[in-house]
Amino acid sequence: MEAVLKIFRGDATSGAFRDYTVPLDEGMVVLDAVHWVQAHQASDLACRWNCKAGRCGSCSAEVNGKPRLMCMTRMDHFPPGEPITLAPMKAFPVLKDLVCDVSWNYSVNRRIPAFKPAPPEADGTWRMQQVDIDRVQEFRKCIECFLCQDVCHVLRDHDRKDSFAGPRFLVRLAGLEMHPLDVESRGAHLKEEAGIGFCNITKCCTEVCPESIHITDNAIIPLKERVVDEFYDPLRRLWRRLRGSA
Amino acid sequence: MVAVPAEVRPRGFAATERRDAWWVAPLLQGLMLAVFISYATWAALQNANYHWGGYLSPLYSPLITADWIPVPPSLLILLPPVLFRATCYYYRKAYYRSYFLDPPACAVGELRAGRYRGETAFPLVLQNLHRYLFYATFLYLPFLWSDVVHATRFGGSFGIGLGTLVILANTTALTFYSFSCHSARHLVGGGLDCFSRTAASRACHAAWKGASVLNARHMLFAWMSFFTVCSADLYVRLLASGVIHDVRLL
Amino acid sequence: MDHLETKTYDVLVVGAGGAGLRAAIEAVDQGVSVAVVCKSLLGKAHTVMAEGGVAAALATTDSRDGWRVHFRDTMRGGKLLNDWRMAQLLAQEAPARVRELEAWGALFDRTPDGRILQRNFGGHQYPRLAHVGDRTGLEMIRTLQDRTVQAQRIDVFMECTVARLLTDDGRISGALTYRRESGRFLLLRAKAVVLATGGIGRAYKINSNSWEYTGDGHALAYDAGADLIGMEFVQFHPTGMVWPLSVRGILVTEGVRGEGGVLKNSRGERFMFRYIPEMFRGDFADTEEEADRWVADVIAGRKAEARRPPELLTRDVVARAIAQEVREGRGSPHGGAFLDIASRRKAEDIRKKLPSMYQQFFELADVDITREPMEVFPTTHYMMGGVKVDPESQAATVPGLFAAGEVAGGLHGANRLGGNSLSDLLVFGRRAGAGAATYARAQSGEPGVETRQVDAITAELLAPFERKGSESPYAVQDALQDMMGTCVGIARTADDLQNALAALGELRARAGRVGVDGNRQYNPGWHTTLDLRNLLTVSEAVTRAALARRESRGAHTRVEHPDSDKRFGTVNVVVRRQGDAMTVVEEPIVPVPGELRDILEGKD
Ligand SMILES: Cc1cc2nc3c(=O)[nH]c(=O)nc-3n(C[C@H](O)[C@H](O)[C@H](O)COP(=O)(O)OP(=O)(O)OC[C@H]3O[C@@H](n4cnc5c(N)ncnc54)[C@H](O)[C@@H]3O)c2cc1C
Ligand code: SF4
Ligand code: SF4
Ligand code: FES
Ligand code: FES
Repeated sequence: MEAVLKIFRGDATSGAFRDYTVPLDEGMVVLDAVHWVQAHQASDLACRWNCKAGRCGSCSAEVNGKPRLMCMTRMDHFPPGEPITLAPMKAFPVLKDLVCDVSWNYSVNRRIPAFKPAPPEADGTWRMQQVDIDRVQEFRKCIECFLCQDVCHVLRDHDRKDSFAGPRFLVRLAGLEMHPLDVESRGAHLKEEAGIGFCNITKCCTEVCPESIHITDNAIIPLKERVVDEFYDPLRRLWRRLRGSA
Repeated sequence: MVAVPAEVRPRGFAATERRDAWWVAPLLQGLMLAVFISYATWAALQNANYHWGGYLSPLYSPLITADWIPVPPSLLILLPPVLFRATCYYYRKAYYRSYFLDPPACAVGELRAGRYRGETAFPLVLQNLHRYLFYATFLYLPFLWSDVVHATRFGGSFGIGLGTLVILANTTALTFYSFSCHSARHLVGGGLDCFSRTAASRACHAAWKGASVLNARHMLFAWMSFFTVCSADLYVRLLASGVIHDVRLL
Repeated sequence: MDHLETKTYDVLVVGAGGAGLRAAIEAVDQGVSVAVVCKSLLGKAHTVMAEGGVAAALATTDSRDGWRVHFRDTMRGGKLLNDWRMAQLLAQEAPARVRELEAWGALFDRTPDGRILQRNFGGHQYPRLAHVGDRTGLEMIRTLQDRTVQAQRIDVFMECTVARLLTDDGRISGALTYRRESGRFLLLRAKAVVLATGGIGRAYKINSNSWEYTGDGHALAYDAGADLIGMEFVQFHPTGMVWPLSVRGILVTEGVRGEGGVLKNSRGERFMFRYIPEMFRGDFADTEEEADRWVADVIAGRKAEARRPPELLTRDVVARAIAQEVREGRGSPHGGAFLDIASRRKAEDIRKKLPSMYQQFFELADVDITREPMEVFPTTHYMMGGVKVDPESQAATVPGLFAAGEVAGGLHGANRLGGNSLSDLLVFGRRAGAGAATYARAQSGEPGVETRQVDAITAELLAPFERKGSESPYAVQDALQDMMGTCVGIARTADDLQNALAALGELRARAGRVGVDGNRQYNPGWHTTLDLRNLLTVSEAVTRAALARRESRGAHTRVEHPDSDKRFGTVNVVVRRQGDAMTVVEEPIVPVPGELRDILEGKD
């Protein structure tokens, strides 16, 4: 059994899809096929990977046009006989072949106001119940594959990287904002810097997340509601003003 | 601009490397929405045939009968629920995808007219007031439940007809739809960071948990309730116009 | 080298895993300037893959625990070959390091009274592993990463590989690196360098490690003249995936057994009862009934009074047992043992406690672990040996060089206990950062870098481009991995080891003929070629050390010397560069002082 991979080869200035024929093994994943091509046909084919088990979020690419982890995409997932297209993520500049420049993401992360804990108990440690952290633990599952950033149309089609942090960092902000110990306030950051209003909750991020984080329902929408509390809800503003002046 | 060689990986409307029929879902969704919206608009404008025995069309509930209002009263009555749905997080997703094509489907290129502002500028920034529409439509629920009670009155005596069940189903669906609202989920406890500290926050946690279970099915309730509203109206309308006869079950 | 990009720091940290990041945070807190370089993107280092948990005697789940017990477990797990001072520091400081993570935002699973929940693991007497489901490493690295990113004075160079360390008059003066993205060189001058590069698993075909684990730090230190110790001790984790081929070697966390999973052979026997070593006989259940009672207590959250099941013996023992069952014809269909949790725990508990395992098997192997047993076989996992360091400051034997984490040797002795690596990273990462900062501050003036030295290195690094393709780097790496698996695997003989040395000579010659295609931009073929040199160095070190230790102890098994030898229990095998030759010497171990000896003997 064989499969044909059409792999993007090139860089930011030029490129083309090239065909590679790869022998198939039982249980093989797309990343295995890419490694086979590297070892036998194109030693300089660039791709990122580390864990090969869906834990590190390095091997993101677009397989048949869908953002996926190559190490968790089985070759038998595709109809036999049809070529499989492999391309780098589209929302970020291509460096080479399947590798793109994701450094923008790291610069966004740097600007997020850091975790600031409430004072600990007398013994210097904190008490938290599992129910308090269940919600945040979902967000902390994120492996930073940036597939959600790739698929989000605000970044992908509109290229609003100037104003929008993207779903990955809204997930991170949710993890901080809903952290039971955190006392920092990130409302203004969410509204202005992270640009949460740019998200139109169309949920593509949730569809591609390999960690099945309910990005839109559990992170973004609750954060939008918190931003409403702080900035848009007229009654709450009035109430705050009254209490503030009293 | 993002550097991707354009001749190899085109951008622009509907550009994609996806091989599946990505356009089917937005198309069907758009059509279904259009059918429901058209029907509801038409029915609301009739200002007749909304009433039969103890049955009242949900599009006309609570019933206002005031001749001095220049527009059909049903339009006034419908305004809050319509806005509730228009600003609903789920319907937003649906119409942004199917009508605004923003995006038409995931990883599919879209039309780019002008600079994208999302929900940061007027008018879409008003979506942020969704919770007020939740408050407003919440007030309808008692009326809708009283409609169910009325629907069991058949000339002074208790009874159940097919219409009673249709109305009951509708009110139930609407109740689930309201309680599964994202704003509701936030208001009952989602806004807290720490659930376990006090008795009050533990109660909020329980409420939030419940809201979360419902919320996970919000899309389902959104479609179900739209369907039941239209069917309940249609049923009453057909009875009132004498096209069909009610089936009395009890 | 006029156009060579150059930057200068006080401390250069090589590696952005747990050890590297913790070292960087500590160094910057001490007020020096710090750079971190790593081969992958930030947050993708091996630490991210750690599953089971971090061992620290917090005593939140079982109040009988304490640093003394942790110390004893670590020493006994390491067959008393550990550096006792490091083991003591680990046991004493780990709880504070774990709590510190919590202060930085980490969220561990909780006990009913709201404290950090701990789980059982092989070789630990009490539940001791603070964890987050089965993604503890992710939690840890994210917490440290965020802390690092927020510190203004740490510069991070991602996808940048250290090719050589530079020395000036015997002292460290910096490192020459190349950026993977562009292939350009970057010279990082520094007064002190902390190696935190992790392990060597890529020397073997079946391993649980990523491409990064080519023993770079071991080889860099060796080249710079530092001593390596304990290189014969390569940990084979008992439970790696077996089938399908594509996932062979991927780790199945010990957490499965910690949560009650049992090992069975093709006859359905729980064979581990037959493999309890003398040293541990008193501590482990000898009937299934007792083992089950222990599991029942643990699940119910009670203090276990029964003795623990033999599945939780140390890794060396379990790995050898599985290998033996398979060798003697009692293996599973694909040549492994059955690891069964489905019949022991409720499906919903399994999904909650072991979510990644569930997903990993479901998606990659079509196995639903809540219904069926897994098939497992040992996989190369961890390197106990490494750079010889001072236990307090983590200073290597070359001035200005420090090492922490998996690349450092000594702490784990002949066998590492699960969970002790993550605490190692925190405890000794911090110490290395402090040690390097203190050292750097004490240096007057910038260390010199010789242009000629740098030019020679860059020429050597670029040489593969000149030799157009007679050998493929991947083929040589493959051949090396096959050879190491066959000749220097779980059970070793003198003949095999001698053959390995001969084969290494040939492989070195082949590596010298490797040519690469394409240009310098993000060229994995070129990167693999450069990594080969390190792999060959560490493979030779492992083989030579294994030859020198003519006994079986912990992870090191010599077929013709099946027992431990008292004499070898008092020495470390040290690998050292002498000119161009690799030499091996035995060095006596510092004996355990009296009061700690009492702890070891259970008189605490
Ligand atoms: C699947 C798996 C599960 C595990 N589970 C556990 C567990 O539950 N508990 C436990 O205690 N331990 C566990 N371990 C072991 C533990 O995760 C590792 O030993 C530990 O993470 C090593 O950390 P480190 O900081 O030393 O190195 P790593 O985290 O591996 O980091 C090495 C860093 O060095 C960089 N680097 C390497 N070479 C170079 C170079 N030449 N130039 C520049 N940078 C370089 C790499 O890019 C990387 O950033 C597990 C290991 C694996 C593989
Ligand atoms: S839901 Fe929001 S963040 Fe997610 S893909 Fe859509 S627009 Fe982007
Ligand atoms: S939220 Fe999900 S899709 Fe986005 S980066 Fe994290 S793991 Fe990837
Ligand atoms: S290689 Fe780690 S997620 Fe694919
Ligand atoms: S009604 Fe849909 S979110 Fe409120």
